[in-house]
Amino acid sequence: MSPRTRLWLVAVGGAGVAALLVAACLGLPAFGGDHHPYGDRAVEASLAHRTANTIASVNFDQRAFDTLGELTILFAAVLGCVALLRQTRDEHRARPEPAEVAPPVRRYALLVLPVALLTGLYVIAHGQLSPGGGFQGGVAAATALHLLYLGADYRALERVRPVGLYEVGDGVAVCAYLVTGIAALLGGAAFLANTLLPHGTFNTLSSGGTVPLLNAAVGMEVACAVVVLLARFLDQAVEIEEESGT
Amino acid sequence: MDDAVIAVALVLVAACATVAVATRDPARQALVLSVLGVVLAVLFTVLQAPDVGLSQLAVGSALTPLLLLLTVRKVRRRGQREESGR
Amino acid sequence: MDVFAYLVAAWVFLAGCYGLATSRNLIHAVGCLSVCQSATYVLLLAVGYRDRATAPVFSDLKPGARPVVDPVVQALALTDVVVGATVTALLLALVVQVSKRHGTVDPDELSELRG
Repeated sequence: MSPRTRLWLVAVGGAGVAALLVAACLGLPAFGGDHHPYGDRAVEASLAHRTANTIASVNFDQRAFDTLGELTILFAAVLGCVALLRQTRDEHRARPEPAEVAPPVRRYALLVLPVALLTGLYVIAHGQLSPGGGFQGGVAAATALHLLYLGADYRALERVRPVGLYEVGDGVAVCAYLVTGIAALLGGAAFLANTLLPHGTFNTLSSGGTVPLLNAAVGMEVACAVVVLLARFLDQAVEIEEESGT
Repeated sequence: MDDAVIAVALVLVAACATVAVATRDPARQALVLSVLGVVLAVLFTVLQAPDVGLSQLAVGSALTPLLLLLTVRKVRRRGQREESGR
Repeated sequence: MDVFAYLVAAWVFLAGCYGLATSRNLIHAVGCLSVCQSATYVLLLAVGYRDRATAPVFSDLKPGARPVVDPVVQALALTDVVVGATVTALLLALVVQVSKRHGTVDPDELSELRG
């Protein structure tokens, strides 16, 4: 197909989709409306289980099964990346030269690293109380670790980051999520139902029954997944080279 | 007042998204995408969704652009070696 | 203002689709796909917004004191932001493989290679 025909096809298809989307937008309830029946019920259910952050309650209690599906996608994507980006036989590793880092960058990176890492862990731990949770905190903690690449160099990062361990951690976290779900099943309730633990006192760290457990499992899973992904991409971009002549 | 702030954030998102699509060089696009990530995080915060804003800030402004830049580096390094090998 | 937020989401989505269709570089195409994704978050959160309401977090708010926005759409968007990033990573890994096997990341050149 020539680029010209393709552009025409895109223009016609895009115009059709645009017309349908605008028609759909005009039919939606007005922005900022007061009618949210599903949301109101979610808030009630969350308060009944003494979870202060309704979003954590929706993710890890009311729709915990849905989150299991998301975790499966995440796990499969990481597995795919690891398989696609592994070192093949016709490739070899070139040791990267230790690079010079400007002293202000080094100071800043090493100063921010512990703060960022701690913030990530805090965000995971307080998922059921304040905005945050396993998904956000996991990404923050994992990316914080890579400030070491800016502040020191690639060798230092490789020493604090045994990738194999994080790959195992990824699998263990998914298993922990499943085991929590099956435990509810053994307790005589539905899979992933929040009946296993007492709901605790509202607005404390241990409130919400199994929500903190599932939240922690997700935090571990996401943090390990991001570390593994970045490690694989850094390997490809910095270290792995192909044999010449391929 | 709230509506005005939301409208400004929405316009910024639309503008950033358009620029991100129009930037053809992937390395530059990664930088525009990180700006888009920050602007989206601001929009989500004014839409009273701090949870989503947090994750958008972590993912959209740091993780995705970093992955894009690493891929650009990998692909370019290959291209350079092939050019010099010929 | 009634439908402006929805229209912005539609615009962002269509812009991303245009970029995908006309892209000459697979890395750029993956970037455009992430723009498309962000349109869905804008749409979801716009649907869940409620005037003069606050975030559905009750750690410093007495339940029932103020109206809150819809938490369900936020939970949907939140998980997808992070999971979407790992799927983007998978696509980029595929791009790296394509570049290794065929020596190019231009989709037009790739279809010519196949004949």
